[in-house]
Amino acid sequence: MGQITLKKVSKSFGDVEVIPPLDLTIEDGEFAVFVGPSGCGKSTLLRLIAGLEDTSGGTISIDGNDATEIPPAKRGLAMVFQSYALYPHMSVRKNIAFPMRMAKIDQAEQDRRIEAAAKALNLTDYLDRKPGQLSGGQRQRVAIGRAIVREPSAFLFDEPLSNLDAALRVGMRLEIMEMHKRLDTTMIYVTHDQVEAMTMADKIVVLRAGYIEQVGSPLELYHTPRNVFVAGFIGSPQMNLIEGPEAQKHNAHTIGVRPEHIDVTEGSGMWKGTVGVAEHLGSDTFFHVHNTGLRDMITVRAPGEVSFRHGDEIYLTPKADVIHRFDEKGLRIA
Amino acid sequence: MATQQSRSAARMMMAPAVILLLGWMLVPLTMTLWFSFRNYLPMRGGDQGSAGFDNYVRFVSSSSFWPSVQTTLILVGGVLVITVALGIVLALLLDQPMWGQGIVRILVIAPFFVMPTVSALVWKNMFMDPVNGLFAHIWKFFGATPVEWLSQASIPSIILIVSWQWLPFATLILLTAVQSLDSEQLEAAEMDGAPFLQRFWFLILPHLSRAITIVILIQTIFLLSIFAEIFVTTGGAFGTRTLTYLIFQRVLESQNIGLGSAGGVYAIILANIVALFLMRIVGKNLDA
Repeated sequence: MGQITLKKVSKSFGDVEVIPPLDLTIEDGEFAVFVGPSGCGKSTLLRLIAGLEDTSGGTISIDGNDATEIPPAKRGLAMVFQSYALYPHMSVRKNIAFPMRMAKIDQAEQDRRIEAAAKALNLTDYLDRKPGQLSGGQRQRVAIGRAIVREPSAFLFDEPLSNLDAALRVGMRLEIMEMHKRLDTTMIYVTHDQVEAMTMADKIVVLRAGYIEQVGSPLELYHTPRNVFVAGFIGSPQMNLIEGPEAQKHNAHTIGVRPEHIDVTEGSGMWKGTVGVAEHLGSDTFFHVHNTGLRDMITVRAPGEVSFRHGDEIYLTPKADVIHRFDEKGLRIA
Repeated sequence: MATQQSRSAARMMMAPAVILLLGWMLVPLTMTLWFSFRNYLPMRGGDQGSAGFDNYVRFVSSSSFWPSVQTTLILVGGVLVITVALGIVLALLLDQPMWGQGIVRILVIAPFFVMPTVSALVWKNMFMDPVNGLFAHIWKFFGATPVEWLSQASIPSIILIVSWQWLPFATLILLTAVQSLDSEQLEAAEMDGAPFLQRFWFLILPHLSRAITIVILIQTIFLLSIFAEIFVTTGGAFGTRTLTYLIFQRVLESQNIGLGSAGGVYAIILANIVALFLMRIVGKNLDA
């Protein structure tokens, strides 16, 4: 069980309102990702749910019970921190055992859970080492192990992968997703990386300056962004947002075209431009196209290898059915 | 970097400092050793030739030797316990965000800037005086007979004075250590269900172990040679004669430099024994 409901939850530090009143429901067993640029309040929101910060208003309920005033330890949630927050002078075994020791679980049960967690996380050989002797990825696993053994009703992750190198990050991402499938427990995951959000989430919560901009599945957000911010934030490379006369042709204040929805041709097309930087990734090629008269730079993604060079003149044609239209307030026009 | 040339240049440049420091240490040490084997009575005929090991035997067989060693150890131990324990408490309190933090921290450090002689006089006359002292007034206010601190509870009184002086040092070192503790660790422990005392015991105290070691080692060095506080308050009476004070009495009051020097050599040995024990007990905290 692990349904988490926020009702009119707000948080201010002194006079500064970090999170204006917001409502949010995370269903039992869901993998929810809070994503947004740094300073958007996503970590604060997570800390409010964890109980590490007091709310300035509103109620947080876990499984239907009001948990707003319950201290963090009693909420039945486990948290994995960005810095892992392992206890440096304790061995891996003692680190993992710590929450159980505090809960006075008997030794045999402790050992059973530690063995199970260590096996699941490939830590069996490292149980007697100190955190300082482990690599970043292994420390991350220990932190997850310490969370698992509590058998919480929900896991909270605060940017857990941001201290790992790119290759490890992909690996750990998969492990966390597999863990979610196996345990079938609610997980709330905070990240600023929209790729992590897209790949992991059942439900993405996009935040900006404390406001929830949109809640939805990754593909909902990709196909129907509710406003310009979400449109620009979700998807990599970023959507090309175009204002001015070209947008007015589509009866909109702003139109958005994703780089992968633009065809590149040599001869003729809708927009003409000059190739700037070309990023050849092998599977795809990203062009930065200048002098289109639409905006500074249009990013285009062409599948496979395309042999345009710097300074070449090319024509761009957006696919008509996937042009996103937004009004003056930045909201989507259906 | 470490070519043959740069290494010899480094040696050349360090030489003056090393030689100066060595001289600074070796000259007094050699003189002490030399005098300890002489029968040297400045007011009674000066250097009267070799004394062999007489000074050493006399110093140890004196009835005041072992009590003075004991007093020294009690004094050092007492001050260490008080400063470390209170230092941890104060460091934890000062780490809390509060209004006027900067001023409070400066006030806490203040006793360290007061010269030992001055602070001992202040304590002796303003607090511990059985007639006019603040403590006497408090005792009288509650209808009790004022305690004659420096004669009835002489050792605890001196421990109190010295602790007051050294508490800022301990607090300061421990405060920096407390501040360097990762707050996410504390939050993780909070989520893991550890109440404050458990967090203190399992997280804060182990984190402070290295700072505590440093405090203990440094303070011990200075506390073994406590002198002004005793000189000003009790003058070595009422069982407050430490080894340092005994040496002072032998040299200046008895005018026997040979005997005092032998005492000095014993003091060096005692300091080394204490250092050895301390390194055994707490020194391992400095590794890693």
